[in-house]
Amino acid sequence: MVMQQLSGWGRTAWTVADVVHSTDPGQIAHTLQTVGERGAIARGLGRSYGAAAQNAGGVVLELTSEHDPLGIDAILDPITGTLDVASSVSLDSILRMCVPRGWFVPVTPGTRFVTVGGAIASDVHGKNHHFDGSFGQHVSSLTLMLSSGEIVELSPHSRPDWFWATVGGMGLTGVILRATISMLPIESSKVRVETERLPHFDAVCEAMSTEGDDGDYRYSVCWVDLLATGSSMGRGVLTRGDHAKRSDVSDDEPLAYDPRLRISAPGWVPNGLLNKWSIKAFNEAWFRKAPSKRHVGMESIPAFFHPLDGVNKWNRLYGSQGFIQYQFIVPLNRTDVLRKVIETFSAAGVASFLAVLKRMGPQNPAPMSFPTEGWTLTLDIAAGIKGLAELLSRVDAMVLDAGGRHYLAKDSHVSPSAVRRGYPRLEEWMNVQHQMDISGMWRSDLARRLGLIDSRRNS
Amino acid sequence: MKNGVGVAQNIVLFGGTSEIGQAILDKVVKPGVSRLVLVSRDIDTSTSMTQKIAEAHPDIDIHHVRFDAGDAASLSHVVSEVVSEIGDIDVAIIAQGLLNEGVDNYANPEALIEMANVNFTGTMVLMYALAARMKSQGYGKIVLLSSVAGARVRKANAAYGATKAGIDGFALALDHDLQGTGVSVLVVRPGFVTTKMTQGMKKAPFSTDPQSVADLTAKAIASNKTVVWAPGILQWMFLVLKALPQSVWRRLPL
Ligand SMILES: Cc1cc2nc3c(=O)[nH]c(=O)nc-3n(C[C@H](O)[C@H](O)[C@H](O)COP(=O)(O)OP(=O)(O)OC[C@H]3O[C@@H](n4cnc5c(N)ncnc54)[C@H](O)[C@@H]3O)c2cc1C
Repeated sequence: MVMQQLSGWGRTAWTVADVVHSTDPGQIAHTLQTVGERGAIARGLGRSYGAAAQNAGGVVLELTSEHDPLGIDAILDPITGTLDVASSVSLDSILRMCVPRGWFVPVTPGTRFVTVGGAIASDVHGKNHHFDGSFGQHVSSLTLMLSSGEIVELSPHSRPDWFWATVGGMGLTGVILRATISMLPIESSKVRVETERLPHFDAVCEAMSTEGDDGDYRYSVCWVDLLATGSSMGRGVLTRGDHAKRSDVSDDEPLAYDPRLRISAPGWVPNGLLNKWSIKAFNEAWFRKAPSKRHVGMESIPAFFHPLDGVNKWNRLYGSQGFIQYQFIVPLNRTDVLRKVIETFSAAGVASFLAVLKRMGPQNPAPMSFPTEGWTLTLDIAAGIKGLAELLSRVDAMVLDAGGRHYLAKDSHVSPSAVRRGYPRLEEWMNVQHQMDISGMWRSDLARRLGLIDSRRNS
Repeated sequence: MKNGVGVAQNIVLFGGTSEIGQAILDKVVKPGVSRLVLVSRDIDTSTSMTQKIAEAHPDIDIHHVRFDAGDAASLSHVVSEVVSEIGDIDVAIIAQGLLNEGVDNYANPEALIEMANVNFTGTMVLMYALAARMKSQGYGKIVLLSSVAGARVRKANAAYGATKAGIDGFALALDHDLQGTGVSVLVVRPGFVTTKMTQGMKKAPFSTDPQSVADLTAKAIASNKTVVWAPGILQWMFLVLKALPQSVWRRLPL
């Protein structure tokens, strides 16, 4: 038994749990037999921002295999690009293994340090959501251990309700052990990227809305400067692109891939280092750095997809009080709400370094999957800001009134009623969850706060 | 559960009619709070005191539990009762206390025993019960309203000061004992606070009011401090006062 303090990537709301590290199904099943009334939850690399992968006073099953001496537990079919992989394997390991062979992950979040288990449980999305959908749509089957210890095979064709309840199910249906993923063929490890500076928010929405435009690019995302005011309010830098063709790159080794970490954030950082002024200066520089005319260039996979991974443990830059990430989505026709939210944060003097806007495509069948057709805005906010709880609850109401919702993998503050409004299929999901977890074993701090597990099981 | 912006979902106030306790509630009740429990001898008063919170936050579930803190032995049952009502206790604020102002302690052993029960014995039993529960939760915060009267006990309130000195020392050691469990204790040491409890008494220097104490307390809850003085200057004053030799201390007009 190793009692350990855990938090999410935002380093807020620490709680203590009994952390059991194992990727061996036999051992996990054995551990499940000892779980008490505080229950258990799976944890991957802890890249969700809030409390999704922690379980105060209970058991946390840590499924990671970064340092596995046996190497990466994954088999790639070089003809079809089908990857059979253990849930504990990270996208980082998969990319190192597969990019040189001409295959890319079908969906990657903004960091490659997530496990396959975490990617399925959060049903993560990437810059290609409008084009390819979210991670779960590329999973052809998965192996799940139920709380009873029984192992089941799920796919969109066999037991689709259990499959889709697990995709986006935040670990609350069982422990994902393995998955089969359809990889994306690539001809090079470069990305052809078009970068464009957009002077204000209308221009941003306009550029990302035009069907024949954004729709043509596999990847598209816009960085927005939340601190710009007046006529440049909501100005941004739009980047769009796709994997470069073999003929686009001159390299001898078109598939070479080297994602080495560059620098580490210092272990101790004063609170308030990232404040309104430092962020304003950063934003200005970032905006100016982007070319004023549309510019086409080649970027590496790490530079385009995972720029933050270049700084190890960058989450410490927010100091001891940590930070939260606020990510919500509103329907396509509600750009007025996006604008109102940006204005509200800006008026409250809340600085966010790297606010990101993305247009999402249609929803998949998973009841708790976050993406729906619409706009999603993501911002980082220092957790210690005065009055933050009140401010966020006002913004939450704007989002929910517009028919929007919040992303659970990022959430660290919404109320139980906010999830019920945002996820109208919650009840349906809870029924399936109940069938899958008869003993009521799975629970996380997130699930406790939001009442995602049934109130009968109230500990 | 607590959330990522420092808001505790379930908050319990022991000494539900305490003005300082109520002032702290006013500061810590924010969007994100789901359940409040007030434990006191007089639930009619605690109900009327929470009227404002109930109106401002209609979705918060407010419970009132009747209990006499003088009944030290059963304070641990109160914790189970609260848990069965609301589940996890995220933050417990202990503001129960008797001052016995105007009581002739030389002639009133019952009153002395009652005060010691409420301020010390009962509170210690309660804190162990809370700590046990919170340890099993893997997190939690106990906020103890102590007093500068316990920092160096003076003759004007020898008995009261001694109960505070005792509970204050206990609380610090309990916090130490809880290290690594996710549970922590915050000791609040207010100076002379103008409330109904101190009405008619002569104000001491550096007196303060419930709102200021509450403000400092709420901030300290969000941080990971173990001790907070209110006002802050008292910390430095007592650094000196505590170091004074007995002969000098006894001559001070305190
Ligand atoms: C810098 C950064 C950028 C990000 N960008 C994006 C983005 O662009 N798009 C996006 O969608 N997300 C993004 N995220 C969020 C991240 O992709 C998700 O939170 C992801 O789930 C993290 O995976 P993990 O392995 O760290 O899982 P954890 O954070 O450890 O766990 C997340 C959830 O998955 C569950 N889980 C983990 N492993 C298993 C398992 N084996 N079986 C069952 N359940 C399991 C946990 O119980 C928990 O509910 C980003 C995060 C960071 C830090």
